[in-house]
Amino acid sequence: MIPLWMYLLVAAALFCMGAYAVLARRNAVAILMGVELMLNAVNINLVGFWRYQQPLNMAGQAFAAFVFVIAAAEAAVGLAIIISVYRQRKSVIPDEADTLKG
Amino acid sequence: MALQEFAPAAALLGLSVLVALLVVMLSRLLGPHRPTSRKQAPYESGMKPIGQAVRRMPVKFYLVAVLFIIFDIEVIFFLPWAVVFRDLGVYGLIIMGVFLFILTVGFIYEWKKGALEWE
Amino acid sequence: MFQVPTIADLNLGLTLPALSLALGACVLLLLDLFVPRERKEITAWLAMAGIAVSFVLNLAGFNESGTAFLGTFAADQFTGFLNIVILITAFLGVLLSLDYLKRAKIERGEYYVLLLLSAAGMMFMSSANDLIVVFIALELLSIPLYIMATFRAPDLKSEESGMKYFILGAFAGAFFVYGAALVYGATGTTNLPEIFAAVNGIIAAGGSQMFLLLMGTGLILVGLGFKVAVVPFHMWTPDVYEGAPTPVTAFMSVGAKAGGFAGLLRIMVVALPVFVLKDGQTAAAWQQTFWLVAAATLILGNIVAIAQTNVKRMLAYSSIAHAGYIMMAVAAAGTAGVANEATRAALLYLMAYMFTNLGAFGIALAIEKDDGSDTGVDNFIGLAKSKPALAAMMTVFMLSLTGIPLTGGFVGKWFVFKSALDAGLVPLAIIGVLTSVISAFYYVRIIVNMYLKDGEGDPAAGATRYVNWAIYVAFAGTLLMGIFPWIATNLSDTVVLAVEMFVR
Repeated sequence: MIPLWMYLLVAAALFCMGAYAVLARRNAVAILMGVELMLNAVNINLVGFWRYQQPLNMAGQAFAAFVFVIAAAEAAVGLAIIISVYRQRKSVIPDEADTLKG
Repeated sequence: MALQEFAPAAALLGLSVLVALLVVMLSRLLGPHRPTSRKQAPYESGMKPIGQAVRRMPVKFYLVAVLFIIFDIEVIFFLPWAVVFRDLGVYGLIIMGVFLFILTVGFIYEWKKGALEWE
Repeated sequence: MFQVPTIADLNLGLTLPALSLALGACVLLLLDLFVPRERKEITAWLAMAGIAVSFVLNLAGFNESGTAFLGTFAADQFTGFLNIVILITAFLGVLLSLDYLKRAKIERGEYYVLLLLSAAGMMFMSSANDLIVVFIALELLSIPLYIMATFRAPDLKSEESGMKYFILGAFAGAFFVYGAALVYGATGTTNLPEIFAAVNGIIAAGGSQMFLLLMGTGLILVGLGFKVAVVPFHMWTPDVYEGAPTPVTAFMSVGAKAGGFAGLLRIMVVALPVFVLKDGQTAAAWQQTFWLVAAATLILGNIVAIAQTNVKRMLAYSSIAHAGYIMMAVAAAGTAGVANEATRAALLYLMAYMFTNLGAFGIALAIEKDDGSDTGVDNFIGLAKSKPALAAMMTVFMLSLTGIPLTGGFVGKWFVFKSALDAGLVPLAIIGVLTSVISAFYYVRIIVNMYLKDGEGDPAAGATRYVNWAIYVAFAGTLLMGIFPWIATNLSDTVVLAVEMFVR
């Protein structure tokens, strides 16, 4: 059987890619996708741990389901905010949003 | 650790990357390369494209998409319940009833706000 | 085989304060559909009624403790005390918003629904007994805040504030949940008391589980550190606080902190107090890190605040600094035997901070113009002449934020410093005292502007009836806590979070 650490490695790689996307991409939609990637890395972790360590305790699976749903809710709210910003500025680049000096 | 188990998979991965690269490179190297203005048009033998490729879409589409995401994903909670529906009995029914109530509140809200009407 | 629980097993009675608020928000969303557009204050009054109901239920069940929802939800005095803080914040938040939304022409009923939902999330956070619940509560408190920060759309500043808050909040949430997953992987459970029980075995075994637990704890600190705005995760705070509508800033500066620290205390003190790196240590493994974070937060927050010319930005950096003081108490909770005392100190500090900060933001809101401009420190010049009562109350709030005796801020700081000393964190306590002195510089500058500089004096057009009420409540709370501290300390005396099990 495939050992657990391989799943963890995939998840960690995915998480880092997501974090990189959030930090390096300039488009807000791409940043949102990065966040989704990070949350899905968490899901791989959770399901992996559940399957290998505690197959009788369903907490891991339940946690993964909640992460899914919350990711969707977050994406919905985030998209709405980004669209509303876009309609104002015709741009979704956070760097160009500089009304507030940061 | 048991890395050997992955030797075939790794070999396949390496091979596929190699073949893909090889095909692209070969066609570049061996194929004739004589661009003309007509060949470089987006559709060589078709109409001239009008306007930009990325069109702006009405925001209504986004609204529908967002609403779809929410209600689509919520179904994830029904699935595990359906699996153990008989075991949970009345208890499960009540819990899902509460969940459905919350979902319905959101649904009634968007309905009354007119988010479901196209025009 | 799995035992099917019954509805009675859920112990719903204990969850009533939080549940009633969440249910109230759902009902309010439906009722608001039938409230005519020009009479949205009805929604606000209904929201306040919902908060009041929850408050009464909370007081009635203050001394009951136990778990609900099959061990995922804990109700105890810690919950009760924090719920008081959260509910008063929500109540004053609604009062501050009532006229502001009308002035800014953004009056919509959804605002109050979102505020209630966010407050419900904070309450769930204060009683979370399971990592899953902590995560859901964290998102339930944040997502409405993202929308509320954007509520002034199409105002560019507000939209930008909301977008920044959303991006960094979602980023932080992902870090938190990754950490929670690693802790689950190390211990095999998401239940906080069960994690506590599993930790000793992991320390004895060492190896990879220990590594997972350490990584998980670190990532949880990153995630929650973003929410409560401690250095180095504070960059978003000034921008978001400046751009968001002022009542939203007031609400989130207190509420999000209360929620975030509730989560931190729950996880660190309930689940991981015995998490040490070597056998025989008495301080938890995370104490050093928290120590450093607290010290960095105190120094940076207080020093950068001096340079600010906008009062909302100044209060943002001040709120970072105050997160540092609370963080100091959390760090102290890592020492064996001091955990409960430090928890109480953090709670008292939160309560004092709540009254003072809401009052200060209330006055900033009062001098703000309808279009959201004129919140500079210079706009306070001459306020003592045009509005002597407001100026006097602002003076008290500024003194309380500095920590002068006879104000609530002093009481909070006293308990925090005492717990830090008891925990043996003497250098941290010294940094705390020194930075308090530095903080006097920018707080007193506003007092000087109001009383000693000559100027026209702002008419304070925003000081309408309800805003005044909210400021009076905050003022009374600040003074009451300062002069009769035992009212608050008696409430917190019964708070016990940590199981005293340091017999290792």
